[in-house]
Amino acid sequence: MGLNISLDRMKYLKQYFKDRPLTDVELEMIAQTWSEHCFHNVFKGDVLTDDGRLIHSILKTYIMRATRELNKEWCISVFEDNAGIVDFDNGYAIAAKVETHNHPSAVEPFGGAATGVGGVIRDILGVWGEPVALTDVLCFGPLDIKYEDLPPGVKHPRYIYRGVVAGIGSYGNNMGIPTVSGAIFFDKGYTGNVVVYCGCIGILPKDSYVRNTCEGDFAVLAGGRTGRDGIHGVTFASVELTEESEELRSAVQIPNPIVEERLRRAIIQIRDERLASGITDLGGGGLSCAAGEMAYRSGLGVDIDLDRVLLKTPDMAPWEIWVSESQERMLLSVPEKNLMRVIEIFNEEDVEASVVGRFVETGRVRVFAKGRTVCDLDLKFLFNPPKVTRKARLPKPAHSEVNLDEPRDLGEELLKLLSEPNIRSKEDVIRTYDHEVRGCTVIKPVYGDEAGPSDAAVIKPLKDSWKGIAISCGINPFYPDPYWMVANSIEEAVRNNVAVGGRRIALLDNFVWGSPENEDNMGMLLKAVEACYDFSKALDAPFISGKDSLYNESPLGAVRPTLLITGIGIISDVRKVVTPSFKEEDNPIYMLGLTKEELRGSAYLRHKGVDGGEVPRVDGVISKRIIDTLIRVIDEQLVLSCHDLSEGGLGVAAAEMVVASKNLGAEIHLRKVLSGTRRSDFILFSESASRFLVEVDRSRYKRFEEFFSGLPFSKIGRVVKGAGLRIIDLNSRVSELSSREIKKAWRGY
Amino acid sequence: MDAGKFRAIVLRTGGTNCDLETKIALEEMGVKTEIVHMNKIESKSLLDYHLIVFPGGFSYGDYVRAGAVWGKRVFTRLREQLEKFIDEGRLMLGICNGFQVLVEAGVLPGDGIGETPLVALATNSSAKYECRWVWLRVENNRTPFTLAMEKGEVLKIPIGHAEGRFLTDEKTLEKLKEGSQIVFKYVLPNGEDANGLYPYNPNGSLYDIAGICNRNGNIMGMMPHPERAFFGWQLPEWGEAPPERGDGRKVFESVIEYLENNIS
Repeated sequence: MGLNISLDRMKYLKQYFKDRPLTDVELEMIAQTWSEHCFHNVFKGDVLTDDGRLIHSILKTYIMRATRELNKEWCISVFEDNAGIVDFDNGYAIAAKVETHNHPSAVEPFGGAATGVGGVIRDILGVWGEPVALTDVLCFGPLDIKYEDLPPGVKHPRYIYRGVVAGIGSYGNNMGIPTVSGAIFFDKGYTGNVVVYCGCIGILPKDSYVRNTCEGDFAVLAGGRTGRDGIHGVTFASVELTEESEELRSAVQIPNPIVEERLRRAIIQIRDERLASGITDLGGGGLSCAAGEMAYRSGLGVDIDLDRVLLKTPDMAPWEIWVSESQERMLLSVPEKNLMRVIEIFNEEDVEASVVGRFVETGRVRVFAKGRTVCDLDLKFLFNPPKVTRKARLPKPAHSEVNLDEPRDLGEELLKLLSEPNIRSKEDVIRTYDHEVRGCTVIKPVYGDEAGPSDAAVIKPLKDSWKGIAISCGINPFYPDPYWMVANSIEEAVRNNVAVGGRRIALLDNFVWGSPENEDNMGMLLKAVEACYDFSKALDAPFISGKDSLYNESPLGAVRPTLLITGIGIISDVRKVVTPSFKEEDNPIYMLGLTKEELRGSAYLRHKGVDGGEVPRVDGVISKRIIDTLIRVIDEQLVLSCHDLSEGGLGVAAAEMVVASKNLGAEIHLRKVLSGTRRSDFILFSESASRFLVEVDRSRYKRFEEFFSGLPFSKIGRVVKGAGLRIIDLNSRVSELSSREIKKAWRGY
Repeated sequence: MDAGKFRAIVLRTGGTNCDLETKIALEEMGVKTEIVHMNKIESKSLLDYHLIVFPGGFSYGDYVRAGAVWGKRVFTRLREQLEKFIDEGRLMLGICNGFQVLVEAGVLPGDGIGETPLVALATNSSAKYECRWVWLRVENNRTPFTLAMEKGEVLKIPIGHAEGRFLTDEKTLEKLKEGSQIVFKYVLPNGEDANGLYPYNPNGSLYDIAGICNRNGNIMGMMPHPERAFFGWQLPEWGEAPPERGDGRKVFESVIEYLENNIS
């Protein structure tokens, strides 16, 4: 049946139901609700470490604890609803959510990715948010991998890449929601397990966030019809991909964005007229999870009549209707007095809706079909499955030396890195996503006429407010140390946000990991969540929402452990955003932060095929002070351009600023960089954290330096006329790259 | 100037998604603007309005040719009113999907409602969706939508579409040229002809055509989105502070100027 319930839990069920047999509908519902995908058994369960510690719920112990201790008054709803909600402006709040849709995208790339976007949009609708922006971060296997190297059941990365990119573009474009931010990575560690992160940002009037389902309210199911697509999606997502996964294609849903577009209109209208008492989206587990959760969180029960569910095909079995994950559906609880008006609104928007049940005081979920009771379960039992204990073997740090000769030509090395698939511009993909629709995108995912980089996207969602939302991401899957990988990802999300002028940053965490049944995977996961706590606290940035996707295993083994951190910041006035293009000749260029010999996992060493040295570490105290001071000098309007240093270090960051600029370039003296290494290539390509390049108004540089006194910073060069990049190394050798060469390498034209 | 006496209706149907920003642009100009769903159109009289806008989006999912379904539906249901509206010289603007609708309905480039589309907005030559800023040259500044512009002026406005490649037969193209019906052409940033050069001509449009009007000039369709280049802060880059306005605003300014001069 594809239930994917463990033997222990099967025995528990046998005991619990010793007086009567379970129905198929009940068993299916239990399987959905208890799946890793829906219940997050690992994050909520116990972890036993090999050094003898027992940790109850790593989610609560690390991630949620940071948020609780930071205790921000601007956090309105965290970790409890479909999306995290934070305060914005003029009585409005921001809702944010990021999801993964890896397994479906591995089997059916277009549909899998498109329904990933559709699902996360519904998460925002599910907290009464109007979706205003989308993000996506994708990780694929190398596109040039040979077919012979792919085991049966693994699709070629190029096929997956094309389908996923098209699916994401199609859904967002059709819905009219701009796709404003994202990233794309290529690595062998994703060949068997594609990673598809889909995020959505929404806006809602604070007082419209209603969650007050009462006894007697009707359960209204609206949107697309229920069909056989997407059956067992969550249980499928909670196991490893195998050669036979292809047979589970029916677990992938079929996207229809126009249905969701109409649904969105109706939901926002119902919100604005305050007609419903509660709302949730139908995602994993379909109606069974949505109805059960809605009743349980309201302390109620629910009676559902499956005969009233509108179907795509009439011959569906009750259990199929109950767990189908057909897309574009929402469940609302509606007080009797508003029911007619709600139905009328759905009709006006050409959305099908039907009353499928009623919320009752029983504390049970009862389901009826053809006059028979097909399910009758206690919700407390259902939502409190036996805890799972996982064992964790903590990773032992390995040290090794970097064995690499210093290259003769730094410029040549830089050009090679700029055209590397993980670094080069993703413009060809970005332009297939509409990032201008809604007319509120201030900083676009490609910057300016020269299509330069942008650190974070900025949108201006409200007509009558100059405030903006800065959306950034941080992801460093190549650092082979889970703790520092996470520390860097968190700091990168914050850095990118601050680089455009963002502040008051909220974070979202999205884990993509291998099987938790493997003790090494669990050990790495534990180090990762420890870093989440440490650096959320250090950088004063609370987590507001998150999701974990485990069991990313394929015939090629586990996925590369990957954490995406999404940063949601506030821009006080979008007219004052900071951009990466140089503004005026002879302005000084400063580097903030220290450059250390930290190249392990760096783009430079990976390109050279060398592993060794140290991964970048983050000093939380220094980091926080640099970031806070940068925000202050931005507010003083001392900063004319800014770019964060990440993959490829100083070299790539400076070159990217040249790409963004018209007729201006930079002269950089490596001797002037504050650093602990004596090698020019290491200074140029180290990926040490907490660093920014900043162009400062030359008439006011003293003021800028005053702000940073006591912090690591140095003037490393200046803006020069005539486009290009001039690098003077430690031995006073000059590498000169023209703007044309740089642009050709990074953009491809 | 009291633009408040002018009324515009922005139509929408399932899949329309640029109605709100279009309304914001019109209201910013002082025009009273209503967004009306096709399901409620019967309760309105189109002749109450000075301007009808068909905004961008993916009406009916664009599952057949873009704009085809809406084009047929709207002109089947509202033919009489629309014919009168057009004959009276009132203004009709189609943006992106709206342009596709007007073409599919046969309103453009013809005078009145034709049976068969004479021109097509086909799949882009690049065979993909294109979202980018383009440069447009004003070819005809005597239409109600371009009055406030100079002939030969270059505007910077973004496009976002997968089907915007303007195609037609030679005879129709000649007629368009003779009748000064070509309003905007894609050009290089310096205003010279793009001659089909990608990405300046972003979709492979014949003769670099980005927007056309009917013979009378009161109906215009354009692929670029003027409402996305209305405010200065919408521009892709600026110096220390954004300019106050974007070039797309001139389309709306022209409409106001025209109405001021022609409606008492």
